[in-house]
Amino acid sequence: MKHIRSISEIGKAGVLAIVERAKQMSEINSRPVPKVPALRGKTVVSLFLEDSTRTRLSFETAAKRLSAETMNFSVSTSSVNKGESLRDTIETISDMGVDAFVVRHKSSGIPWQIEQWTDASIINAGDGAHQHPTQALVDCFTVSEAFGVDSFEGLTISIVGDIRHSRVARSNVEAFAMLGAKVIIVAPSTLLPPDVGHWPVTISNDIDDVIGTTDILYMLRLQSERMDQGLIPNLSEYGNRFGLTEKRVSQLPLNARIMHPGPMNRGVEMQVDPSHLSQSLIHRQVANGVSVRMAVLFTALTLNDDRDHAIQGLSKEAAQ
Amino acid sequence: MSVVFRGGNIVTNEGVVHADLVVQGGQISGIGSGLAAKEVVDISGLTVFPGFVDLHAHLREPGREDTETIETGSRAGAKGGYTAVIAMPNTNPAQDNVPTIEFVRLQGQRAGLLEVIPSGCITMGREGKALAPMAELAKVGVKLFTDDGSGVQDPLLMRRAMEYSKELNVVLGQHCEVSSLTQGAVMHECGCSSDLGVPGWPSIAEELMVHRDIELARLTGARIHFLHLSTAGSVELVRQAKLDGLPVTAEVTPHHLSLTAELLRGFDATFKVNPPLRTISDIDALKAGVLDGTIDAIATDHAPHARRDKELPLDQAPPGMLGLETALGVTCAALDLDPLAIAQVMSVAPARIAGIVDRQGNLPRVGVAANLCFVDLNATWMINPETMASKSTNTPFVGRQLRGKVVHTMFNGDLVVRDGEALK
Repeated sequence: MKHIRSISEIGKAGVLAIVERAKQMSEINSRPVPKVPALRGKTVVSLFLEDSTRTRLSFETAAKRLSAETMNFSVSTSSVNKGESLRDTIETISDMGVDAFVVRHKSSGIPWQIEQWTDASIINAGDGAHQHPTQALVDCFTVSEAFGVDSFEGLTISIVGDIRHSRVARSNVEAFAMLGAKVIIVAPSTLLPPDVGHWPVTISNDIDDVIGTTDILYMLRLQSERMDQGLIPNLSEYGNRFGLTEKRVSQLPLNARIMHPGPMNRGVEMQVDPSHLSQSLIHRQVANGVSVRMAVLFTALTLNDDRDHAIQGLSKEAAQ
Repeated sequence: MSVVFRGGNIVTNEGVVHADLVVQGGQISGIGSGLAAKEVVDISGLTVFPGFVDLHAHLREPGREDTETIETGSRAGAKGGYTAVIAMPNTNPAQDNVPTIEFVRLQGQRAGLLEVIPSGCITMGREGKALAPMAELAKVGVKLFTDDGSGVQDPLLMRRAMEYSKELNVVLGQHCEVSSLTQGAVMHECGCSSDLGVPGWPSIAEELMVHRDIELARLTGARIHFLHLSTAGSVELVRQAKLDGLPVTAEVTPHHLSLTAELLRGFDATFKVNPPLRTISDIDALKAGVLDGTIDAIATDHAPHARRDKELPLDQAPPGMLGLETALGVTCAALDLDPLAIAQVMSVAPARIAGIVDRQGNLPRVGVAANLCFVDLNATWMINPETMASKSTNTPFVGRQLRGKVVHTMFNGDLVVRDGEALK
């Protein structure tokens, strides 16, 4: 798989394969020296044209642990600030000889647009409100780990919050449903995207209707600018209607779990401190980020003739 | 100098006539059999139409001559069979003043490929705040006023524009879009825009303004022309308004008759246009509107853009697509129209709306200006962006089979396109 851009492009077999590969990576990460030579000689460029902390760091860590060279691109010190076009930026970096771009951009579709300007692999680290496939892969891995299952048949996952503007929601809806979960999206109508009757989800406007039957409560960040846009009256009304409160935590089924892709808005969608919640998988999501992104880079960069060699390299190290 | 076009099928008031057609002194001087002239052009198999009239083209001069000039746009129009093009006023400076209007007209005359007819702004700078000097502009020949690119948002200002336009005997062309409903829009609002995570232009943003302006036309009696209608709801509103006897007219673009929003799934800004490509059911309603006369005219909304601008992220790339060279081929591929109907929507009706029937949009007959195009209606062909006359290449029709090809175009008695090639 040359590019990792959307869950639908990756497909169910691809999602399962990456989750499986991430388990191997997680074993590598538990060693005293968590580093293997699998991607030695490969160059990975982080092209983050929108702010990010955890995704960027976990990709860079993942690349280093697989022994890839990393190039870092920061908008504030780059020619993008001098008005260089995205095309010129991509072509210039490609000329230096790179194997993969890890791209984040505030506009939907960038990973598809830049494909025509480079031969390198393109890994989507978030494009607008469109897709964030590696987050969904991290979340699938985390659910799989927490519930000890590969198939999500029988699990009900409720995604609560600003679905309309969330790339995490779009990727997770597809990925969770692909693996068999029943997915419910929960939000006020103003924060739901229009005409999504074709999405594999049930739609609810009331968190209290779904909380008692939810196995995984997946909370999304609510940005305060949604209030300025008139999509919600104010943050406290939103928090009261859709936030995670002590009371709502107590209404969750016994084995239910809570997830959040971060960064959290404490006091809005998170009215409880999740570090005090035994149900929280939030730290697992962060910890698994590196393993899954190692699996993603490995999958994208060992597609061709050196794949067998790379897999050998991986298992040789794994055996030591 | 006289020329006889021998053996064509001429679209006349009496139907399609197989005859020779002679042009002399810039006019049609004879239609009949066995006619002779100094020069002979064999047009057997071709159909002779009045030169097409485009109500809606962005020629980009003055302001963005890197994307199109009046000359290159005229050449594109001539190759598409057009002998008159209404130039939209969103130039820089905008066409809200007499010198700019005169400049556009003069540049058209210099190019000499077709008649370039400047439209005027309804409001100063197309800002929607104060009326442009419509009487001054009307005095130098402007007959169609529009803020195209955006609609006149303020209902009071639109009412005033209508009242004022009526006494000047000019037409207002409205770009129907309630802009507060379309902030940041990238494509038609639908399941596809939700999948892609981009804001959409909802159909209602167009329909609300169509409805408002129909009611203002009812109130004021002013002539209103709806530019580039794109939704089934708009067609129905205009149909009802016409039944009510209101003085409204409407146009549709070839791309809204043939392409849908699904094309945006590849994130190619070539398909980004305002109003946006919509759904199959909108296309069906628009086609029905053309066939039953609810929609009067096909207009191109020819909108050249630089490649570097169309290569911007989809949400930043400017909307618009080329149209002049492909309009007939796309329309005939989308709609089964007989030659008389083609003449009606491509030439007769737009000339009437633009108020230029003294010289354009007349079915061939002796004594009218020789503005003609000669079409192979059975030709199927594909567009090659590299050989287009336009200075830009943003056509969405690459790889699509088109039907009906313009072979020759005659403007005021001069053959300006011959065998598909511009002669100047």
